[in-house]
Formats: sequence, C-alpha cells, structure tokens
Amino acid sequence: MQRLRLRYAKRGRLRFTSHRDVSRAIERAVARAGVPMAYSSGFHPHPRISYAGASPTGAASEAEYVELGLAEQRDPEEVRRALDGVLPHGLDLVAVVDSAESLPGSLSDLLQASRWRVDLVGVDEAAAASAVERFLATESVEVERMTKKGLRTFDCRAAVVTMSAGSGSGLDLLLEHGTPAVRPDDVLTGLRELGGLPGESTALLTRLAQGPLDREAAEVGDPLAKRE
Amino acid sequence: MSVSAPESVFPRLEPHLLTVSKPIQYVGGELNSVQKPWDEAEVRWVLMYPDAYEVGLPNQGVQILYEVLNERPWILAERTYAVWPDMEEVLREQGIPQFTVDAHRPVGAFDLFGISFSTELGYTNMLNALDLAGIPIHAVDRDTHPLVIAGGHAAFNPEPIADFVDAAVLGDGEEVVLKISDVVREWKGEGSPGGRVEILRRLAASGTVYVPRFYDVEYDDSGAIASVVPNVPDAPERVRKHTLMDLDQWPYPRNPLVPLAETVHERFSVEIFRGCTRGCRFCQAGMITRPVRERSITTIGDMVENGIQKTGFEEVGLLSLSSADHTEIGDVATGLADRYEGSNVSLSLPSTRVDAFNITLANEFSRNGRRSGLTFAPEGGSERMRKVINKMVTEEDLIRTVAAAYSHGWRQVKLYFMCGLPTETDEDVLQIAELAKKVIATGREVSGRNDIRCTVSIGGFVPKPHTPFQWASQLDVETTDERLRQLRETVRADKRFGRAIGFRYHDGQPGIIEGLLSRGDRRVGRVIEAVWRDGGRFDGWSEHFSYDRWIASAASGLAGTGVDLDWYTLREREYDEVLPWDHLDSGLDKDWMWADWEDALAAARGEDIEVEDCRWTPCYDCGVCPEMGTEIQVGPTGQKLLPLSVV
Repeated sequence: MQRLRLRYAKRGRLRFTSHRDVSRAIERAVARAGVPMAYSSGFHPHPRISYAGASPTGAASEAEYVELGLAEQRDPEEVRRALDGVLPHGLDLVAVVDSAESLPGSLSDLLQASRWRVDLVGVDEAAAASAVERFLATESVEVERMTKKGLRTFDCRAAVVTMSAGSGSGLDLLLEHGTPAVRPDDVLTGLRELGGLPGESTALLTRLAQGPLDREAAEVGDPLAKRE
Repeated sequence: MSVSAPESVFPRLEPHLLTVSKPIQYVGGELNSVQKPWDEAEVRWVLMYPDAYEVGLPNQGVQILYEVLNERPWILAERTYAVWPDMEEVLREQGIPQFTVDAHRPVGAFDLFGISFSTELGYTNMLNALDLAGIPIHAVDRDTHPLVIAGGHAAFNPEPIADFVDAAVLGDGEEVVLKISDVVREWKGEGSPGGRVEILRRLAASGTVYVPRFYDVEYDDSGAIASVVPNVPDAPERVRKHTLMDLDQWPYPRNPLVPLAETVHERFSVEIFRGCTRGCRFCQAGMITRPVRERSITTIGDMVENGIQKTGFEEVGLLSLSSADHTEIGDVATGLADRYEGSNVSLSLPSTRVDAFNITLANEFSRNGRRSGLTFAPEGGSERMRKVINKMVTEEDLIRTVAAAYSHGWRQVKLYFMCGLPTETDEDVLQIAELAKKVIATGREVSGRNDIRCTVSIGGFVPKPHTPFQWASQLDVETTDERLRQLRETVRADKRFGRAIGFRYHDGQPGIIEGLLSRGDRRVGRVIEAVWRDGGRFDGWSEHFSYDRWIASAASGLAGTGVDLDWYTLREREYDEVLPWDHLDSGLDKDWMWADWEDALAAARGEDIEVEDCRWTPCYDCGVCPEMGTEIQVGPTGQKLLPLSVV
C-alpha cells in the first residue's frame, strides 16, 4: 500500500467547517477524483485516511495534514492535481508527497507544534503587547475549559514556546502540542484573565505552519520534508 | 425588488458565527452550488425550505428548481433555510436580515421568494423568515418586497397561509417556475407597470398560479364556507395543478448539491418515477401526483452514474412513492448491482410495498455487502383496516415476505402503521401486536435463530385534502394516546416476544395540529400568526413544538368565528360542504373521491370492494388524466443497462 501525505489549507468561509465536515469532504473528493483508495476490511469498509492535528472549527489554516492509503501506486503530483480539482473551493491542496520518501515517523509524531497568527478584533496594539508581556513573565497560567468530560483546569503557559505582538493587533504564537492539548483559544483566555486583554475581544485564528519543533531556533519544520 | 446589487451580509455575520451552533450551515459553499452576478440577471429568485439546513439542504424539490432556474442566463436563484434560535438572536440583535447561503444577500432584495412546503409544520418558520427578512408578514402590507410563493404538497391547500403568501403553485415546479419567471421578466422589462397588484393579476390570468387575494371567501351561519368567488375578472374559477410529462427530458438534479455540513440524507437520490395509483385512501402524495410517470431504465442509469461522479456519495437511493413498482425495477437493480459490484457504491430502495418486494430484488440491492434493515408499511394492523384504506396487503403476503427475508439472512424488519384511521377500534390497533409476534415467530422458525428483531413504528393518521379521507373525522388526542398505550402494553406483556419487538410511536398532539393546518381555511391564519408571535418555531421538532401554545393560540385566534379546533379536526364532513380547497384543482373528480370514501365505509362493514391500480387494470375514472390532459407513462422499454465503459 502506497501512503501519500497531503497538506491542505482551510481558507475563507470554510474555516467554519468542523473536523468531521472536512473528513466527509475529503472522502467524497477522493471518490470523485477516482483516487484508488485502499479500504479497511470488515463489514463497513472505509477508505484508509488518517487525520492528524486537525484545527478547531472556526480557525483558518494553511497547514493541515492527512495521510491516504492507496491500493495502487500513483504519482503524488497527479493525485494533488486531481484532488484539488474536485475539493470545494476553500479546501485547497497545497502539497502531496509519498510517505516513503519523506521524514520517518507517523504524521502525528511529526506534528509537534504549530505557528498561529492571532488577529485580535477591537484591541489596540499597546494593550496586546502589554498582555503578552505579562503572560510571558508568568510561570504558570491556569485556565478552565469545558470539555466533553466536564470543566477542566490546566496550565496554558508551558505549551507557549514563543509569543509576540506584531504590528497592528496580530499575535504570533508558537504553540507546542501536548497533553492536555493547549489551543490558541486557551492562550487567549489566559491573556484575558491574566494579561488584561479585553474580555469581549474576538480573534481570528490562522494556523500558518505545523510540524517538527526546533525549540532552540523557535521554529516549526516541514513535516513533508525529504527523507535524509 | 432592488435594482443595484445588495451588499453581502457576510462581513457582518462572520464575527458572530463562532457563537452559534454548527456555523457551517450558514456559510454556503456547497459543492455544485452557484453564485451568479446580480446585475446580469433579470429575474431573481430566493428559494427556501422552511426547516433547518440539515433537513432542507437535501430536499430534491429545492435542488431541482435551483438548478433549472440557474441554467437560464437571465435568471438567478439562491437558497435560504430556517435559522436556529441562537442565530435568530444574533440576527435580531445585530440587525442582520434573513440571508441566502449562496452569496449572503438579503432575502428582501429578490423579486420572488419561493417556499417549498412538504409539511404544514413549516408555516411558523415561514413567518419567522419573512419577519427576519424585513418583509411584512401579511401579503396586503407588502409593496416592493419579493412576491412570496408557496409550493410543495402542502400548497394543495394553502388557505391557512392565504394571508401570508402572495401566490401558491400546485404540482410539479420545473416548468411553472420558468413560466412565472417569463411573466415577471416581461413585466419588469416594461418598467413594472401597475406595481404588485398588476404582476399578481398577470400571474393569476395565466390560470396556473393561485393568488388568494383575488378570491373572496364567505361563511354561512354554521361556520362552514358558503362560497369562494374570484373578485377580479382574470382569476379563474379553479386553479389547476401542474404536471410534468416525460421525466426523461428533465433529468434533474444534474449537479446535486454536496454540503460540507452533515445533513439528514447523506446520499444521492434518483427519482425513478413520479406519481402513484395504488389508491391508498389516506395518502395525499398518491392522490395529488397522478398519473404515474416513469423514468426509463437508461435515464436512471445515466443519472446514477452522473450523480456518483459529481458528488462522491457512496449511497444511491432510488426514490419514488413505491419504488419496487417501477416496470423494470428488476433490470434496474441487476444492471446497477453489476455496474458497481466491487466498488463502494451501495444502493437503497426506500418505499417498498410488501406485495411488490421480492428476495431477488433485495439481494441485488445488498450485493455490495451492506444489508440494512427492511422496511414495510402495512399501515393498518387488521385485515379490515387495510381494506378500509385500500392497502390490499394480506397477512399471508406480509408473513411470506418477512419469512423470505429472514431466511436469506436479514435479521431486522421495520413495520410502519397508522393509528386513528376511519372506523378503527381498539381491537384493530391491538392486531398490530399479533402481527408483530407472528413476524418474530416466523423469523425464528425459518432462520433457526433467536436474534430476530421487528420494530413497530406507529403514528396518528391525519386526514388530508384531495384524498377520499378528506371528509373523515380525525381521532382525538386522548383516544389516540390510549390506543398506543394499550398496544405498547400488549407488546410488552408477552415475554416470548417483548424484547424482540421494538416500539416507536408519535403521540397524538402534533397530529391534531397538523390536522388543523391540513384541512384549515383562511381563519386558521390567525392561529398560525398567534403561535409565531408567541415564539413558535420549528413545529416539526418535538423539542420545539408546544401543544399548549397551539391550543391557546387556537382559542384566541378563532375567537368570534363560531368554529374551533375540534370543528376543524374531529368533525366528519358532509357531501355538500364546500371544502376550503375545492377551488384548487388536483384533477381528482370530487364525486369519484366521495364514492371512494363510501366504498371505504362499505369495506369497513365487511363488503369486498377493492380499487386496483390503473397501471395494470382498466381506468377507474379518478378524473386526473382527462382533466389535466395527461396520461400514464410507464415502461417496459425492454432496454438493459450496459456496463460502464472503462474510464
């Protein structure tokens, strides 16, 4: 079975798709494009598609990853073109590589951190900068979030590798994936509660990159990079 | 009806989308949806299915009209759906109007607002959408607002919403939406002379669009209708339904919408024929969609393949009122099963009659491995009831069919029934339990297994306009619920079967309200309005439906009329009563319907009367074909489906 790794973007109004919406759209797209999928065995065979590190509903993304299992060998570029042609506008294929030729390890092992752009709506530059400063100066920032298992309290500070307030009211956020998963939303909660960011402020989230974490350089690598 | 392109409301909507549930339902962007430049269109439609997106999007009627209209370069059509209460709150707080999901344009900016009613329970959602759109809910208060046009099965009696719609259209929509567009185009081209009344007059004069305001309704002292008379010269005495002939010429949807959001039907459906002449007396669909018009086997094959290619759906449903009745259903099933063998495309055949079912067919439909449950609808529990409703399925038919199914590996059978049919007694309903037990016993015997299941699903009967039961009294809520309770007790009491029989039911309350809306007249409009003003929305959803609110609104809305809820629902009508929909022509001869109603009562007394299907026995003069100038269009064509050429 050939495994292909796909990078796709979630743009425009399609940022409101949930993870389940996206997976249905991809399953139908591979069917329309005639990609020779490998199927799971059993009574209800499903095409072999594995998702890793899906972004939350409402967040735009330039770097979402998925792996397809194919029953027949195909040229990755050919698959990219075929799939991009049938995906809904706004779910755009960026790159396709053969897993055997890219970095070893599973996709979920490779997706260690994400770089986010956080566009704060209705917050001035100075307020954003001071909130970030106070947040970073604190060792642990406890926040609460309602999960399926009820209200949970956890630290959202440790997962923040770097964060800076750029021009305008945009934040650049490098967030490490871990357990419990800290989401950009949680960091925003922390910024509001600890940093004094206005409570009513809303934010537009965009994932710019996702991949292996180089902590020293504070950078996210390309998970589809060529195998050495 | 705005001249310059209205701005998209999306920028105002977007900041609030994350505060509502399932925001994807409001953003559009479905595969195969279209967005056309506003300025290039001469006639602009907004189409609504008045329920939540997840229910409305898969609706074939709306999808077909959306495509038929948008194929014309001079017409633009967009869609809108009922918004959930959380989104309604956002819209009202932010002052954002009801919008289309395609280009997020305000609904009030379009020329025509077409609303498809499969059920009467969408009426309050229509009022809410009108109000959110900034369109006055009463037609007479509108000025340059869109013309509000009702369609769908409920539009065969639009009287309860007569004050809220500008017009209603009966029957198949494909051709009539184009005719309406032509009339509007011409009128706009002339500079919209005479305003709203003039365009409505022109539509009424075409003879095929019902404009309620051009008819005066008088009531007599008893509260019944005395007369319905046109008040303008151009309005016809009776408005006729539309019938699309030669379905092969209209193979829609050609570009089915594939939503990103999850919806209630995750499949592609091909309508294999329209109409049904089995003659079940309770069935409005079977009465108002006559005659039967089949699509040919080759068109069906082409539509299935096209749909799979364009959507990527894995399930294809062959849709109709009784799908196994297609003259070439065996060849269709074998042809499609051959074609898609080894792929992940599965086929389903909803609406199968017990007497038309056969195991060969069922095997073909499950050849690709997926063997879902089988569903049959005997409707009546006792042989006597089935004769009353003219659904001539014998107990032997049913037992033979389920025996075949269970012996071929099926484990689960679902049976649909109705409670409250004319002349029904407790005993008739309790027969359902006996039938279900026999089904289980037979299943265990033929399969040698104990894990046989049967689900009994039962709801209250609602008499519908344009059916032989339009004169019948509806069973009251208390008796309906009591019969259902007794049935459930009886099923559960027998330890040998209790666990093998599932029991699902709808209680009587929503049915009575549906009954009021189905057979109501213009006076019922005040009830609908009162319910909506009191917050009534989504009446088809049990968690939103409030019986108490409807009861209170019926009392206030009908005060002073001399009639009440019971008068509309529990009362049997006489032969000479003017029915609210008599001036709307479904083609059915009223005297034939009355005779059929009397036959039902005779059958109830034990007389042996059966109306057979006119597809394979002589015409029984229901009146539709001569009245409408139509004819039965069925095969067989003798053709076979060819394997697909290798791509």
